[in-house]
Amino acid sequence: MSTTGKHRIDARRDCRGVGCPMNLVYTKVELARIAPGEVLEVILDDGAPIGNVPRSVVKEGHEVVAKHRLPDGAWQVLIRKA
Amino acid sequence: MIDFSEEQLQRYSRHILLADVGVEGQARLAEARVLVVGAGGLGAPVCLYLAAAGVGTIGIVDADCVEISNLQRQICHFTHNIGDAKADSAREKMLAINPEITVNVHYEYLRADNVLGIIGGYDFVVEGTDNFPAKFLVNDACIMAKVPFCHGGILRFRGQAMTVIPGESACYRCVFREPPPPDAVPSCSEAGVLGAIAGMLGSIQAAETLKFITGAGRLLTDALLTFDAKDMEFRKIPLSCQEDCPVCGEAPEIDSLIDYEQGGCALAGA
Ligand SMILES: [Zn+2]
Repeated sequence: MSTTGKHRIDARRDCRGVGCPMNLVYTKVELARIAPGEVLEVILDDGAPIGNVPRSVVKEGHEVVAKHRLPDGAWQVLIRKA
Repeated sequence: MIDFSEEQLQRYSRHILLADVGVEGQARLAEARVLVVGAGGLGAPVCLYLAAAGVGTIGIVDADCVEISNLQRQICHFTHNIGDAKADSAREKMLAINPEITVNVHYEYLRADNVLGIIGGYDFVVEGTDNFPAKFLVNDACIMAKVPFCHGGILRFRGQAMTVIPGESACYRCVFREPPPPDAVPSCSEAGVLGAIAGMLGSIQAAETLKFITGAGRLLTDALLTFDAKDMEFRKIPLSCQEDCPVCGEAPEIDSLIDYEQGGCALAGA
Protein backbone atom coordinates (compact mmCIF):
# COMPACT_ATOMS: atom_id res chain seq x y z
CA MET A 1 0.00 0.00 0.00
CA SER A 2 2.62 2.57 1.05
CA THR A 3 5.86 2.81 2.96
CA THR A 4 6.99 4.70 6.02
CA GLY A 5 10.75 4.61 6.26
CA LYS A 6 11.77 1.02 5.69
CA HIS A 7 8.35 -0.51 6.42
CA ARG A 8 5.72 -1.32 3.85
CA ILE A 9 2.30 -0.60 5.35
CA ASP A 10 -0.50 -2.98 4.39
CA ALA A 11 -3.37 -1.49 6.42
CA ARG A 12 -4.05 1.63 8.48
CA ARG A 13 -6.37 2.55 11.30
CA ASP A 14 -6.62 5.98 12.84
CA CYS A 15 -7.62 5.57 16.48
CA ARG A 16 -7.22 9.22 17.44
CA GLY A 17 -9.97 10.07 19.89
CA VAL A 18 -10.79 6.38 20.53
CA GLY A 19 -10.30 5.34 24.13
CA CYS A 20 -9.40 2.03 25.73
CA PRO A 21 -10.42 -0.67 25.13
CA MET A 22 -12.17 0.04 21.78
CA ASN A 23 -8.85 1.16 20.23
CA LEU A 24 -7.54 -2.37 20.88
CA VAL A 25 -10.76 -3.89 19.45
CA TYR A 26 -10.27 -1.89 16.21
CA THR A 27 -6.59 -2.84 16.13
CA LYS A 28 -7.52 -6.53 16.46
CA VAL A 29 -10.15 -6.19 13.70
CA GLU A 30 -7.51 -4.75 11.34
CA LEU A 31 -4.98 -7.41 12.31
CA ALA A 32 -7.56 -10.11 11.56
CA ARG A 33 -7.92 -8.71 8.03
CA ILE A 34 -4.23 -8.83 7.06
CA ALA A 35 -1.98 -11.83 6.50
CA PRO A 36 0.78 -12.97 8.86
CA GLY A 37 3.91 -10.91 8.22
CA GLU A 38 1.98 -7.89 6.94
CA VAL A 39 2.19 -4.55 8.73
CA LEU A 40 -0.64 -2.50 10.26
CA GLU A 41 -0.28 1.18 11.05
CA VAL A 42 -2.37 2.39 14.00
CA ILE A 43 -2.50 5.95 15.21
CA LEU A 44 -3.02 6.08 18.97
CA ASP A 45 -3.53 8.94 21.41
CA ASP A 46 -0.90 9.69 23.98
CA GLY A 47 -1.47 8.47 27.54
CA ALA A 48 -3.39 5.23 28.21
CA PRO A 49 -3.81 4.27 24.52
CA ILE A 50 -0.10 4.30 23.66
CA GLY A 51 0.60 2.67 27.04
CA ASN A 52 -1.84 -0.18 26.55
CA VAL A 53 -2.41 -1.10 22.90
CA PRO A 54 1.18 -1.95 21.87
CA ARG A 55 1.65 -3.96 25.09
CA SER A 56 -1.54 -5.94 24.40
CA VAL A 57 -0.73 -6.80 20.79
CA VAL A 58 2.77 -7.92 21.81
CA LYS A 59 1.17 -10.19 24.44
CA GLU A 60 -0.85 -11.77 21.63
CA GLY A 61 2.35 -12.56 19.78
CA HIS A 62 2.53 -9.70 17.27
CA GLU A 63 5.57 -7.48 16.87
CA VAL A 64 5.72 -3.71 17.28
CA VAL A 65 8.23 -2.76 14.60
CA ALA A 66 8.14 1.03 14.97
CA LYS A 67 6.63 3.65 17.22
CA HIS A 68 7.01 7.37 16.83
CA ARG A 69 5.43 10.59 17.95
CA LEU A 70 3.53 12.65 15.39
CA PRO A 71 3.51 16.48 15.37
CA ASP A 72 -0.01 16.56 16.93
CA GLY A 73 1.13 14.46 19.92
CA ALA A 74 -0.48 11.21 18.78
CA TRP A 75 1.61 8.10 18.10
CA GLN A 76 2.14 6.13 14.92
CA VAL A 77 2.64 2.46 15.75
CA LEU A 78 3.56 -0.19 13.19
CA ILE A 79 2.56 -3.75 14.08
CA ARG A 80 3.68 -6.83 12.17
CA LYS A 81 1.07 -9.57 12.38
CA ALA A 82 2.27 -12.88 13.84
CA MET B 1 -14.57 -13.57 7.83
CA ILE B 2 -17.71 -11.82 9.02
CA ASP B 3 -17.58 -8.03 8.78
CA PHE B 4 -18.90 -6.86 12.12
CA SER B 5 -20.76 -3.55 12.27
CA GLU B 6 -19.61 -0.82 14.63
CA GLU B 7 -22.47 -1.74 16.97
CA GLN B 8 -21.51 -5.42 16.92
CA LEU B 9 -17.88 -4.56 17.67
CA GLN B 10 -19.06 -2.67 20.73
CA ARG B 11 -21.52 -5.40 21.75
CA TYR B 12 -18.91 -8.15 21.50
CA SER B 13 -15.86 -6.07 22.47
CA ARG B 14 -15.23 -8.04 25.69
CA HIS B 15 -15.00 -11.26 23.68
CA ILE B 16 -12.90 -9.73 20.90
CA LEU B 17 -10.44 -8.43 23.49
CA LEU B 18 -9.78 -11.97 24.70
CA ALA B 19 -6.66 -13.33 23.00
CA ASP B 20 -8.26 -16.80 22.83
CA VAL B 21 -11.49 -15.53 21.21
CA GLY B 22 -10.75 -12.43 19.16
CA VAL B 23 -12.55 -11.41 15.98
CA GLU B 24 -12.15 -14.93 14.58
CA GLY B 25 -13.78 -16.58 17.63
CA GLN B 26 -16.64 -14.10 17.59
CA ALA B 27 -17.21 -14.86 13.91
CA ARG B 28 -17.36 -18.57 14.76
CA LEU B 29 -19.96 -17.84 17.43
CA ALA B 30 -22.08 -15.96 14.89
CA GLU B 31 -21.99 -18.95 12.55
CA ALA B 32 -22.61 -21.58 15.25
CA ARG B 33 -25.80 -23.58 15.84
CA VAL B 34 -26.44 -24.78 19.40
CA LEU B 35 -29.37 -26.79 20.74
CA VAL B 36 -30.42 -26.32 24.35
CA VAL B 37 -32.44 -29.28 25.63
CA GLY B 38 -34.66 -28.06 28.44
CA ALA B 39 -35.47 -24.40 29.17
CA GLY B 40 -35.54 -25.00 32.93
CA GLY B 41 -33.06 -24.32 35.71
CA LEU B 42 -29.98 -25.07 33.60
CA GLY B 43 -31.35 -24.12 30.20
CA ALA B 44 -32.43 -20.66 31.38
CA PRO B 45 -28.94 -19.27 32.08
CA VAL B 46 -27.53 -21.24 29.14
CA CYS B 47 -30.04 -19.63 26.75
CA LEU B 48 -29.38 -16.14 28.10
CA TYR B 49 -25.58 -16.41 27.97
CA LEU B 50 -25.51 -17.98 24.52
CA ALA B 51 -27.82 -15.27 23.20
CA ALA B 52 -25.75 -12.56 24.85
CA ALA B 53 -22.59 -14.12 23.40
CA GLY B 54 -23.95 -13.83 19.86
CA VAL B 55 -24.34 -17.52 19.07
CA GLY B 56 -26.01 -17.15 15.68
CA THR B 57 -28.63 -19.91 15.87
CA ILE B 58 -29.96 -21.36 19.12
CA GLY B 59 -32.59 -24.08 19.30
CA ILE B 60 -34.65 -24.71 22.43
CA VAL B 61 -36.40 -28.02 23.09
CA ASP B 62 -39.08 -27.85 25.77
CA ALA B 63 -42.71 -28.93 25.76
CA ASP B 64 -43.58 -27.49 29.20
CA CYS B 65 -45.29 -24.30 30.24
CA VAL B 66 -44.01 -21.91 32.90
CA GLU B 67 -45.33 -22.57 36.40
CA ILE B 68 -44.94 -20.38 39.45
CA SER B 69 -42.73 -23.01 41.13
CA ASN B 70 -40.20 -22.63 38.28
CA LEU B 71 -39.50 -18.98 38.99
CA GLN B 72 -37.30 -19.61 42.06
CA ARG B 73 -34.47 -20.81 39.76
CA GLN B 74 -35.43 -20.69 36.07
CA ILE B 75 -34.29 -17.11 35.63
CA CYS B 76 -35.34 -16.53 32.03
CA HIS B 77 -39.01 -16.91 32.98
CA PHE B 78 -40.82 -14.01 34.63
CA THR B 79 -44.06 -13.88 36.62
CA HIS B 80 -45.96 -12.60 33.59
CA ASN B 81 -44.88 -15.72 31.66
CA ILE B 82 -46.80 -18.16 33.87
CA GLY B 83 -48.80 -20.37 31.51
CA ASP B 84 -46.63 -19.52 28.46
CA ALA B 85 -44.59 -22.19 26.69
CA LYS B 86 -41.12 -22.19 28.27
CA ALA B 87 -39.52 -22.19 24.84
CA ASP B 88 -41.39 -18.99 23.91
CA SER B 89 -40.66 -17.35 27.24
CA ALA B 90 -36.94 -18.10 26.86
CA ARG B 91 -36.95 -16.93 23.25
CA GLU B 92 -38.55 -13.59 24.20
CA LYS B 93 -35.75 -12.81 26.70
CA MET B 94 -32.99 -14.02 24.37
CA LEU B 95 -34.17 -11.73 21.57
CA ALA B 96 -34.56 -8.86 24.02
CA ILE B 97 -30.88 -9.26 24.93
CA ASN B 98 -29.74 -9.81 21.36
CA PRO B 99 -32.15 -9.19 18.47
CA GLU B 100 -29.53 -10.28 15.93
CA ILE B 101 -29.68 -14.00 16.69
CA THR B 102 -32.09 -16.68 15.45
CA VAL B 103 -33.96 -18.74 18.04
CA ASN B 104 -35.70 -21.94 16.92
CA VAL B 105 -38.29 -23.44 19.23
CA HIS B 106 -39.13 -27.15 19.41
CA TYR B 107 -42.24 -27.70 21.56
CA GLU B 108 -41.47 -31.36 22.08
CA TYR B 109 -40.27 -33.92 24.60
CA LEU B 110 -37.31 -35.78 23.19
CA ARG B 111 -38.11 -39.38 22.36
CA ALA B 112 -36.27 -42.19 20.62
CA ASP B 113 -38.22 -41.43 17.44
CA ASN B 114 -37.62 -37.66 17.23
CA VAL B 115 -34.29 -36.94 18.93
CA LEU B 116 -31.99 -37.58 15.95
CA GLY B 117 -34.07 -35.38 13.69
CA ILE B 118 -33.89 -32.50 16.17
CA ILE B 119 -30.20 -32.65 17.16
CA GLY B 120 -29.08 -33.34 13.59
CA GLY B 121 -29.06 -29.69 12.55
CA TYR B 122 -26.83 -28.48 15.39
CA ASP B 123 -23.08 -28.27 16.08
CA PHE B 124 -23.35 -28.67 19.85
CA VAL B 125 -26.03 -29.74 22.34
CA VAL B 126 -26.47 -28.53 25.91
CA GLU B 127 -28.27 -31.15 27.96
CA GLY B 128 -30.12 -29.49 30.81
CA THR B 129 -32.97 -31.93 31.25
CA ASP B 130 -34.67 -32.80 34.51
CA ASN B 131 -34.88 -36.58 34.21
CA PHE B 132 -32.69 -39.64 33.69
CA PRO B 133 -34.46 -41.07 30.64
CA ALA B 134 -33.80 -37.81 28.74
CA LYS B 135 -30.18 -37.67 29.91
CA PHE B 136 -29.49 -41.17 28.58
CA LEU B 137 -31.43 -40.50 25.40
CA VAL B 138 -29.45 -37.31 24.66
CA ASN B 139 -26.16 -39.10 25.38
CA ASP B 140 -26.95 -42.05 23.14
CA ALA B 141 -28.34 -39.90 20.33
CA CYS B 142 -25.34 -37.53 20.44
CA ILE B 143 -22.91 -40.48 20.38
CA MET B 144 -24.76 -42.05 17.41
CA ALA B 145 -25.05 -38.75 15.50
CA LYS B 146 -21.51 -37.67 16.57
CA VAL B 147 -22.73 -34.35 17.97
CA PRO B 148 -20.66 -33.02 20.90
CA PHE B 149 -22.61 -32.07 24.01
CA CYS B 150 -22.36 -30.87 27.60
CA HIS B 151 -24.23 -32.79 30.28
CA GLY B 152 -25.45 -31.02 33.39
CA GLY B 153 -27.42 -32.03 36.44
CA ILE B 154 -28.35 -30.39 39.73
CA LEU B 155 -30.07 -31.55 42.89
CA ARG B 156 -30.35 -29.95 46.33
CA PHE B 157 -26.99 -28.16 46.81
CA ARG B 158 -25.05 -30.19 44.26
CA GLY B 159 -24.28 -30.04 40.60
CA GLN B 160 -22.30 -32.00 38.04
CA ALA B 161 -21.20 -31.40 34.49
CA MET B 162 -19.15 -33.07 31.77
CA THR B 163 -18.50 -32.38 28.11
CA VAL B 164 -18.56 -35.26 25.65
CA ILE B 165 -16.86 -35.30 22.26
CA PRO B 166 -18.16 -38.48 20.57
CA GLY B 167 -15.38 -40.77 19.42
CA GLU B 168 -12.82 -38.88 21.52
CA SER B 169 -13.82 -38.61 25.16
CA ALA B 170 -15.73 -40.56 27.80
CA CYS B 171 -19.52 -40.42 27.47
CA TYR B 172 -22.25 -40.23 30.12
CA ARG B 173 -22.73 -44.00 29.90
CA CYS B 174 -19.00 -44.62 30.41
CA VAL B 175 -19.69 -43.23 33.92
CA PHE B 176 -23.35 -44.02 34.57
CA ARG B 177 -24.20 -47.29 32.84
CA GLU B 178 -27.97 -47.00 32.90
CA PRO B 179 -30.73 -45.01 34.54
CA PRO B 180 -31.21 -45.77 38.24
CA PRO B 181 -34.10 -48.12 38.97
CA PRO B 182 -37.33 -46.14 39.37
CA ASP B 183 -37.41 -46.69 43.16
CA ALA B 184 -33.87 -45.31 43.56
CA VAL B 185 -34.74 -42.00 41.93
CA PRO B 186 -35.14 -39.30 44.60
CA SER B 187 -38.61 -38.85 45.99
CA CYS B 188 -40.33 -35.47 45.96
CA SER B 189 -39.13 -34.65 49.49
CA GLU B 190 -35.55 -35.09 48.25
CA ALA B 191 -36.05 -33.11 45.10
CA GLY B 192 -35.51 -29.58 46.40
CA VAL B 193 -32.84 -27.44 44.79
CA LEU B 194 -31.14 -24.22 45.83
CA GLY B 195 -32.07 -21.81 43.05
CA ALA B 196 -28.64 -20.27 42.52
CA ILE B 197 -27.13 -23.73 41.89
CA ALA B 198 -28.93 -23.72 38.56
CA GLY B 199 -27.10 -20.53 37.60
CA MET B 200 -23.76 -21.95 38.72
CA LEU B 201 -24.09 -25.10 36.66
CA GLY B 202 -25.85 -23.54 33.68
CA SER B 203 -23.06 -20.97 33.47
CA ILE B 204 -20.48 -23.78 33.42
CA GLN B 205 -22.37 -25.39 30.53
CA ALA B 206 -22.61 -22.08 28.67
CA ALA B 207 -18.87 -21.52 29.13
CA GLU B 208 -18.13 -25.01 27.79
CA THR B 209 -20.29 -24.27 24.75
CA LEU B 210 -18.48 -21.00 24.03
CA LYS B 211 -15.10 -22.72 24.51
CA PHE B 212 -16.09 -25.50 22.13
CA ILE B 213 -17.17 -23.06 19.43
CA THR B 214 -14.23 -20.69 19.73
CA GLY B 215 -11.62 -23.35 20.43
CA ALA B 216 -10.51 -21.49 23.56
CA GLY B 217 -9.00 -23.43 26.45
CA ARG B 218 -9.46 -27.08 27.30
CA LEU B 219 -12.91 -28.64 27.50
CA LEU B 220 -14.35 -30.47 30.48
CA THR B 221 -13.84 -33.79 28.69
CA ASP B 222 -12.73 -37.06 30.28
CA ALA B 223 -13.69 -35.53 33.61
CA LEU B 224 -16.78 -35.09 35.75
CA LEU B 225 -16.92 -31.75 37.55
CA THR B 226 -18.96 -31.91 40.72
CA PHE B 227 -19.66 -29.29 43.32
CA ASP B 228 -21.42 -29.11 46.64
CA ALA B 229 -22.47 -25.55 47.36
CA LYS B 230 -22.99 -26.32 51.06
CA ASP B 231 -19.22 -26.22 51.52
CA MET B 232 -18.61 -24.63 48.11
CA GLU B 233 -16.33 -27.49 47.22
CA PHE B 234 -15.51 -28.33 43.61
CA ARG B 235 -13.98 -31.61 42.44
CA LYS B 236 -12.87 -32.74 39.03
CA ILE B 237 -12.94 -36.52 38.76
CA PRO B 238 -10.80 -37.89 35.91
CA LEU B 239 -12.59 -40.27 33.55
CA SER B 240 -11.66 -42.28 30.50
CA CYS B 241 -13.54 -43.97 27.67
CA GLN B 242 -14.64 -47.41 28.82
CA GLU B 243 -13.96 -50.19 26.31
CA ASP B 244 -17.08 -51.97 27.53
CA CYS B 245 -19.33 -48.87 27.41
CA PRO B 246 -22.67 -50.05 26.01
CA VAL B 247 -22.89 -47.12 23.58
CA CYS B 248 -19.39 -45.78 22.81
CA GLY B 249 -17.32 -48.88 23.63
CA GLU B 250 -15.63 -51.32 21.28
CA ALA B 251 -18.64 -53.62 20.90
CA PRO B 252 -21.62 -51.43 21.78
CA GLU B 253 -24.72 -53.48 22.57
CA ILE B 254 -26.97 -50.41 22.30
CA ASP B 255 -27.57 -49.86 18.61
CA SER B 256 -30.94 -48.16 18.79
CA LEU B 257 -32.35 -45.42 20.99
CA ILE B 258 -34.32 -46.29 24.13
CA ASP B 259 -37.27 -44.56 25.78
CA TYR B 260 -36.69 -45.39 29.46
CA GLU B 261 -39.47 -45.04 32.00
CA GLN B 262 -39.15 -42.22 34.50
CA GLY B 263 -39.43 -43.37 38.11
CA GLY B 264 -39.75 -41.58 41.44
CA CYS B 265 -40.59 -37.93 41.52
CA ALA B 266 -40.89 -36.09 38.23
CA LEU B 267 -38.77 -33.29 39.70
CA ALA B 268 -35.74 -35.46 40.38
CA GLY B 269 -32.58 -34.39 38.65
CA ALA B 270 -33.99 -30.95 37.84
ZN1 LIG C 1 -19.31 -44.33 26.66
